[in-house]
Amino acid sequence: MKKKELSAERRRKNALTVALSIICVVYVLPVLAVVINAFKKNTFVKTNTFDLPTGEMWAGIDNFTKGMTFGNYPFWKSVWFTVLITVVSTALIILFTSMAAWYISRVNSKVCRAIYYLCVFSMVVPFQMVMFTLAKTANTLHLNTPYTIPIVYLGFGAGLAIFMFVGFVKSIPLEIEEAAAIDGCGPIRTFFSVVLPMLRPTMISVGILEIMWVWNDYLLPYLVLDKNLYRTIMIHIQYLKGSYGTVDLGATMALILLSIIPVIVFYLTCQKYIIKGVAAGAVKG
Amino acid sequence: MRKKNSLPNPIKRWWWLFLGPVVAAFIIGFVWPFLQGIYLSFCKFRLVSDAKFIGIDNYLKAFSDASFVHSFWYSALFAVVSLVLINVLAFAAAYALTQGIKGSNLFRTVFFMPNLIGGIVLGHIWSMIFDGILSKFGTSILLESKYGFWGLIILMCWQQVGYMMIIYIAGLQAVPGEMLEAAKIDGATNAQTLFKVTIPNVMPSITICTFLSLTNGFKLFDQNLALTAGQPFQIQPDGTTVKTTEMLALNIYNTFYGQNANAQGTAQAKAVIFFILVAGLGLAQLAFTRRKEVQQ
Repeated sequence: MKKKELSAERRRKNALTVALSIICVVYVLPVLAVVINAFKKNTFVKTNTFDLPTGEMWAGIDNFTKGMTFGNYPFWKSVWFTVLITVVSTALIILFTSMAAWYISRVNSKVCRAIYYLCVFSMVVPFQMVMFTLAKTANTLHLNTPYTIPIVYLGFGAGLAIFMFVGFVKSIPLEIEEAAAIDGCGPIRTFFSVVLPMLRPTMISVGILEIMWVWNDYLLPYLVLDKNLYRTIMIHIQYLKGSYGTVDLGATMALILLSIIPVIVFYLTCQKYIIKGVAAGAVKG
Repeated sequence: MRKKNSLPNPIKRWWWLFLGPVVAAFIIGFVWPFLQGIYLSFCKFRLVSDAKFIGIDNYLKAFSDASFVHSFWYSALFAVVSLVLINVLAFAAAYALTQGIKGSNLFRTVFFMPNLIGGIVLGHIWSMIFDGILSKFGTSILLESKYGFWGLIILMCWQQVGYMMIIYIAGLQAVPGEMLEAAKIDGATNAQTLFKVTIPNVMPSITICTFLSLTNGFKLFDQNLALTAGQPFQIQPDGTTVKTTEMLALNIYNTFYGQNANAQGTAQAKAVIFFILVAGLGLAQLAFTRRKEVQQ
């Protein structure tokens, strides 16, 4: 009797595994569709979307070369700007918001609390509310280059990061910092050699969230950057597909493939941290 | 409780270093644009420098704009439908993955993956797929608004189910094992255990996910722009155009940067209305989750 029950349980689980495996395959099909169409001649993308690019449909690397030079704008420049903006913005956000969060929770004055609540408030404000005035302000202050746009990201992205850091700093016992102070550490040394190393888990979560946000962001750089000179990957793709007239779908898919390869590699290598980090940011709508 | 700040706090001298950079950037990137945005919503302007105060005219115009009203109801419908579908699917996936079956980790990895792909890219991928299917029937996703609607729903499910699933898995793993065992010993069926024990215990996760998918639905922009950009368009009897698959955020964007350069005041008023709506949902979520926490 017991054996029978056990095997029924096992059968149920095996059936579940099979069902989920099928769903999994369906789940990756859209990505596979990108891969096969990146190598397909443009005229066949729409009519034979789900066929392998064989025979006369095979385009080789034509789509890649076409997409990479689209609009007389070299694609490697977009890649460079996107990497630059993502890395610098994330670094700035992690460094400065962790400093501010520590100060806010340790000093805890009226001004600090006001700043904190303002940050929490900024998390519920949708980008469309500030996009017009933010773009104008950034333009006036000459923040419209990839080298200066991280300041805009620091400003608009500070809310969530401060919220997460303050939450974590509160859980660090004050005694450790007091011991450091007794041993003769000034505030700066206390922060950088005692507090900052303890903030590592939150730094990783915040870093992952900011990287995913900035890398995939379209509207903010589109509105802020001087688009004749500077385009990110997302802006480049949107120009290629969203421009009026004949759209080169093959070239679009080639660029999309190039843009998601780093994301997928990044995901597969730091999966554990990414899932944790993204779940930690669930408070943000 | 130790009284803080009884001695002069040595950190305080360094406020300019610790707070300065963030506060300066925060003013540039949020506070100033936000305040200016509120002010401009009561103004007529083309450039910011020529703003003229005109009272609530912009708001009246926004509410009487057929395309804005349409985009509101469209977004609301989209948000509700996607909320239900995403949460049911995500919960089912999470429930299946916490049964201790083979390959759970692989499934989790795959289901979460689309969440990392940017909205613009997602939109273009799915527009190719839908057009690949629909072209066999001689039509396109840009030709019928119902295709656009369901297309966007499918896209959002593909992207968001994995994300919500992660939150649900965390909730399900926190359900006390003794409780489930007790239910089993008392002779509860699987369905009874699920509805009477498991679901009441994961209510906090359900609340979070419900609000998240609701606000995500309302705030959707990139995917909307890349998939249909509002097409197909419909000409109203009074000559104005309603973009049938245009959601709120895209409507605001199009009003700001569209052909009518005089509509920027109206666009800013729409943005304020949009902000109040989204912030209201966010604050409701906060209040709701707080109350739940107290109960536990």
